[in-house]
Amino acid sequence: MAESDHGPALLEAAGLTKRFGALVANDSVSLAIRAGEAHALLGENGAGKSTLVKMLCGLLQPDSGELRYQGEPVVFPDPATSRARGIGVVFQHFALFDALTVVENVALGLPKPEPLPALARRIEACVDRYGLAVEPYRRVGELSVGERQRVEIVRCLLGDPRVLILDEPTSVLTPDESEGLFRTVDLLTSEGRAVLFISHKLDEVRRLCQRATVLRGGKFIAEVDPRKETSAGLARLMVGADVPRTAPAIAHELGEPRLLINRLNVAGDGSRGSALRDITLEIRAGEIVGIAGVAGNGQTKLFDVLSGEVGCDDAESIVIDRVPAGGLGPTARRALGAGFVPEERLGHAAAPDLRLSDNVLLTTHGDGQIVRQGIIRRRVLQQRFAEIVKKFDVRFGGRDPKARRLSGGNLQKFVIGREVLRNPVLLVVDQPTWGVDAAAAAFIRTTLRRKAAEGCAVLVISQDLDELLEFADRIAVMSEGALTVPVPVAETSREAIGMAMGGAHGRHGEGEAVNAV
Amino acid sequence: MRFRLERQEAVSGIGVLVAPLLALAATLLVGAIMFVVLGLAPLPAFYIYFIEPLTDPWTIQELVVKACPLLLIAIGLSFCYRANRWNIGAEGQYVAGAVLGSWVAIATQGTEAGPWVLPAMLVFAAIGGALWGLIPAFLRVRFGASEILTSLMLVYVAQLGLDYLVRGPWRDPGGFNFPRSVSFDPVATVPLLFEDGRLHAGIVIAGVAVLVAAFVLGRTLVGFSIELGGSAPRAAAFAGFDEKRVTYGVFMVSGALAGLAGIIEVAGPIGNLQPAISPGYGFTAIIAAMLGRLNPFVIVPASLVLALTYIGGEAAQITLRMPFDVTRVFQGTMLISILAADVLVRYRLRRVEGAAHA
Repeated sequence: MAESDHGPALLEAAGLTKRFGALVANDSVSLAIRAGEAHALLGENGAGKSTLVKMLCGLLQPDSGELRYQGEPVVFPDPATSRARGIGVVFQHFALFDALTVVENVALGLPKPEPLPALARRIEACVDRYGLAVEPYRRVGELSVGERQRVEIVRCLLGDPRVLILDEPTSVLTPDESEGLFRTVDLLTSEGRAVLFISHKLDEVRRLCQRATVLRGGKFIAEVDPRKETSAGLARLMVGADVPRTAPAIAHELGEPRLLINRLNVAGDGSRGSALRDITLEIRAGEIVGIAGVAGNGQTKLFDVLSGEVGCDDAESIVIDRVPAGGLGPTARRALGAGFVPEERLGHAAAPDLRLSDNVLLTTHGDGQIVRQGIIRRRVLQQRFAEIVKKFDVRFGGRDPKARRLSGGNLQKFVIGREVLRNPVLLVVDQPTWGVDAAAAAFIRTTLRRKAAEGCAVLVISQDLDELLEFADRIAVMSEGALTVPVPVAETSREAIGMAMGGAHGRHGEGEAVNAV
Repeated sequence: MRFRLERQEAVSGIGVLVAPLLALAATLLVGAIMFVVLGLAPLPAFYIYFIEPLTDPWTIQELVVKACPLLLIAIGLSFCYRANRWNIGAEGQYVAGAVLGSWVAIATQGTEAGPWVLPAMLVFAAIGGALWGLIPAFLRVRFGASEILTSLMLVYVAQLGLDYLVRGPWRDPGGFNFPRSVSFDPVATVPLLFEDGRLHAGIVIAGVAVLVAAFVLGRTLVGFSIELGGSAPRAAAFAGFDEKRVTYGVFMVSGALAGLAGIIEVAGPIGNLQPAISPGYGFTAIIAAMLGRLNPFVIVPASLVLALTYIGGEAAQITLRMPFDVTRVFQGTMLISILAADVLVRYRLRRVEGAAHA
């Protein structure tokens, strides 16, 4: 298959299989990356993309199958070996020290020590050549997420790799920053390097890549030319069926304001300024307001302040259903009819090592039904648990497993169902469909939309702009701790939101990139 | 060749139950080796250590008496450990409780004080232990100090304080200069359950503590908040449970039960306050709590097993002229075996083939 066209592959996986206990994460998966191409690895969350990448760079060893590099069978016992052979990986989670400068961080990753001034000059040369806009002597702690990613890319490129693997690179970038990255990728492939581009954003893949390998459920599905496919066609390959769509909006009247945020200010903690600056927002019963923005611009802090996990001094700055709630804790805010769904499912929304039924208690213990006079009524708890599982189609093995054993999509359906069945008047949801398969994502959006139609006010924080454009009524953008005035979705565009997402920071970086190219 | 620990996806229910039994077996194996090194035949030594005490009704009673403080302390520790708060200073809380409880006894010594004295002693002991336990809790909440260190250090403070009292102000004037207080009045003594036995009313208190603890930990929101806080602190904050309150609460419960154990021991089997009021109950109870899976009901047999190491140790001292330290070795081996068995149940040891720079 690999040799079918355009000569031998630079890096090839032939029938790789990897098992984790009973789970077959990769089932005889094949992939061939050729020199000079941008190759997409497509698949939903849980399709086995990460496992495959980890085997390609030596972080995991395949149970069976073979890796070939420039036609020769090869074994990478660890990432250092694969790096030495010319394979560079930029992971989603960066391995950078905030307290050190860019050049110091890069120096730490080198196989041999090198004087910092010489290294800084090498970094600058690399930056000039590929238009990456990185300043060697800035502290990493001051950098935006996009800049950090560029540091990681520069660090890889200094090793002169033949193959560069980018794991979901655009998930942390504004649309503008993504364009900059695509130009860098084009430049790299024109030099004869290969880029493996992992993504589930189909438009990007069609814009950037000459070839795409699609995985589904740990299996190789197809190798296609994405430029010749439609987005819907690629999606069908990824999902294995027509992609379920979010149910259309139901016309309804807007009601009372359920959430008022009045000039909310929260101080930042530590070096990374994730403070909230003068945030004002009103959400009325029946509407869905989306907050867009690149990760790390204060969304997490906003969620924690809204849920009451982080206190705020001014009681009037958060008003839930006409009651000043700034000074209240999470339980008191829930008693006012608020429900919260945090971004992090395991460890925040749910306790990984507690049973799923016990996890129901996290947000329902103050409602007066499951817990009375401080005593847990097990029968009522089991009833509620069964109701959540049934109505929200939560699937798992066994009768009542630990939360950690559920897949991301099923756990998210559980967490959403737990809140929805409390009949909240206000729902604050952070990243509702992050890491969730397409069917579950459509189900969750439909559920939220139906709650809104029933008169619930819904605030959705999401980095997925397409998601917000699809089902929010109004969209505001968060950038460096400040929130723009929300505008109706019908009156805005991707481009306008993208500009706002970049803020001053992103535009600055982008400008330099343009000059450098 | 390297080895790596990998988390087991599914932890078998049987494994969790078998782990402590495996740990006991491993302890016996290490014990056998130790006996051989000491020049003793293992089987007869084991017999004297672990079987013979069980053949005599008197020592069986003694076993229950020794298990009583272990049980009370371990129940309290299970609150702390479930909340992921590592109180290892129960020995100090035991002493603090014994001291404050004894103060009531000594202050009313020789007066006409009525039957309220013993209940008052119990209350003061619980308060004393709780206050001593609240010190590491406060230091952790306020300054982020490791409760492991502070609670342990406070053990020595409490012991030296006790030493000062019984050698100084509280020394029995008619006690031939021995470092001990006066013998407590009958109203200040824990009554025996049966005329001519060893079992005392403290055992009933320990039994009640087991039932109450099992109910609180298993059926109430308070118990759930402790469990959740220990298992996933961020989720507990999201659920609206105050981490500080949980920290104070578990240390208070733990300290109060240790303090109760202290006064029951002093006003029961011992009868007066003296420097040696504990053969390390506060530390041994840590092992009982772990062996008992932090479950109040399972801690009952676990406390009996550890009490047996005390009784057997005393017998072995007399019959085999073995040092009492052997008991400590047994208890330490048991703790290490339990912790190791727990790791092996939850993780699997994997050999990693083809190490990089081998």
